[in-house]
Amino acid sequence: MSAVITASGLTKRYKSALALDNASFQIEPGRIVGLIGPNGAGKTTALKAILGLTDFTGELSVLGYDPRKQRDKLMGEVCFIADVAVLPRWIKVRQAVDFVANVHPRFDRAKCEAFLARTKLQPEQRVRQMSKGMIVQLHLALVMAIDARLLILDEPTLGLDILYRKQFYQNLLEDYFDENKTIIVTTHQVEEVEHILTDLMFIRDGRIVLDADMDAVGERFIEVMVGADRAAAARALKPLDERQVFGKSIFLFDGADRAQLQALGETRRPSVSDLFVATMKGTYA
Amino acid sequence: MKTPVLNDMYWLIKRELWEHRGGFVWTPIITGGVFLLLNLMGIITGEVMGRNAGFNVSFGGAGNNMRLLSSNLDKQSMDAVGAGLDMVMYSPTMIIGLVMGFVVFFYCLGTLYDDRRDRSLLFWKSLPISDTATVLSKVVTATIVAPLIVVVVGTLTGIVMLLMFALALSFHGVGVWHLLTLSHPLQVIGNLIGSIPLYLLWALPSVGWLMLCSAWARSKPFLWAVALPVAVGIVMGWFNLLGTLTLQNSWYWRDVVVRILLGVFPGGWFSEVPHVGGSNPAELLSSVGLTHSYAALGSVNLWVGVAAAVAMLAGAIWFRRWRDDS
Repeated sequence: MSAVITASGLTKRYKSALALDNASFQIEPGRIVGLIGPNGAGKTTALKAILGLTDFTGELSVLGYDPRKQRDKLMGEVCFIADVAVLPRWIKVRQAVDFVANVHPRFDRAKCEAFLARTKLQPEQRVRQMSKGMIVQLHLALVMAIDARLLILDEPTLGLDILYRKQFYQNLLEDYFDENKTIIVTTHQVEEVEHILTDLMFIRDGRIVLDADMDAVGERFIEVMVGADRAAAARALKPLDERQVFGKSIFLFDGADRAQLQALGETRRPSVSDLFVATMKGTYA
Repeated sequence: MKTPVLNDMYWLIKRELWEHRGGFVWTPIITGGVFLLLNLMGIITGEVMGRNAGFNVSFGGAGNNMRLLSSNLDKQSMDAVGAGLDMVMYSPTMIIGLVMGFVVFFYCLGTLYDDRRDRSLLFWKSLPISDTATVLSKVVTATIVAPLIVVVVGTLTGIVMLLMFALALSFHGVGVWHLLTLSHPLQVIGNLIGSIPLYLLWALPSVGWLMLCSAWARSKPFLWAVALPVAVGIVMGWFNLLGTLTLQNSWYWRDVVVRILLGVFPGGWFSEVPHVGGSNPAELLSSVGLTHSYAALGSVNLWVGVAAAVAMLAGAIWFRRWRDDS
């Protein structure tokens, strides 16, 4: 199957800053891609470009469509939750379901109602009467009932408590995701999505600085915990990052020889957040 | 099999009515209700004052006239009474139409701006609906659905009002029920509904301009929509005053400012209709009837406005498509 998204030379300049700087990447179907980057790195701009919400230069094909010219068709097969709480405040649950059911050809009303039945949402309840978590539940119920090929989530759980956050990703995995669907998610709560991602993309200053699947990340990056006596030896191997824990040093290596590292100390796969911190060092400096 | 385009349009308009239920449904109903209440108060005042004065007459001279007329009416008087009753039926629609002018004005000004400000735009944009369909549904809501509601509520109010007067008069032994048959409710309704296409064409430049500002402004669309054309007019007037440039600017106020700001108020098209008025109520009414008012279609002014409106709406659609919320 061909790629869901193919981007090459994606560039977007706002008045003063370069939001996307010649970014190129490809996303295959059936993946859950985490697009991770510090604030202002260009994540949202990249998603907006994919959704045809902003103009840009470069080549971009999403599900075979050009999002700049064929946005209406594209939106029949793409869903997105852009940030929390973008549902209009006046709308009632019943109205939202009615509206989407009647304008979206791939919407399954029964499915949506089944999702809603598992929440406390009432048909006559307005969005303005809901908590942030409930708004996201409604939005997710609407989106999961749409048989879309690509789902884009931009900080979908920002400001939600941990119960809602866990439930959000659990629902997504159990009731929505399959090999025909692709999900792109941006978030700052990296630890919470880490275990569901199949691919990882780091973006920094509008450039893609890491693009790999999780297995490759596990192969490529190794963390090793080294006692003080061997720290100098580890440093000589040019680690990406170094930090101290309980008198020991933890070094993060990119593409080092595993056997060599194992000789120095206990090795393990780094967490995405540690990898992120190491990669983004000096971003705000 | 329903066509997708019409189906989408139906739901988009329904959505507008959901969101603006207060403006489009409750405003005309409340206005009509207040209108009826004021008339009822007027009738009661007349009754009470008449009784206190010891007269066994109904309020005002109309009742007396009617009593006289009801016994022996010639053709012309019957026409006059009928026209008077028709005017009674028109009057609530005019008042409600005026109030709805404000509603439509602010609706157009906010409709492509408010959802950008509260970011719900991102939800609407996640659905497979073209920006053209979205903007057109709003145009239809402002220029067809809103006036239709006005006509329905206005006519119902007019009928209730007629019945109220008839009832009050019948307490005084005036047999007005048959007078009511002199009125032409179907003609009134037909005239009002028939005027909606004229309203659409005449209001279009205002709707187009307001929506263009609504889609374009990053903030304060009202200021742009109103202050910009007014400021231009004032600058032109200032040049006139200085005498450095003689710009004839009365046409600017009449053919530009009024058209792009006040077109949402009904009836403006009569400025393009010759010979409005008459020496008696029947003549006056027939001069504003459909057979006359459609003479406005012959005016270049109207069609230039429509052409400008199409361009402004195209601009509004373009801005709707590309205006970033950030």
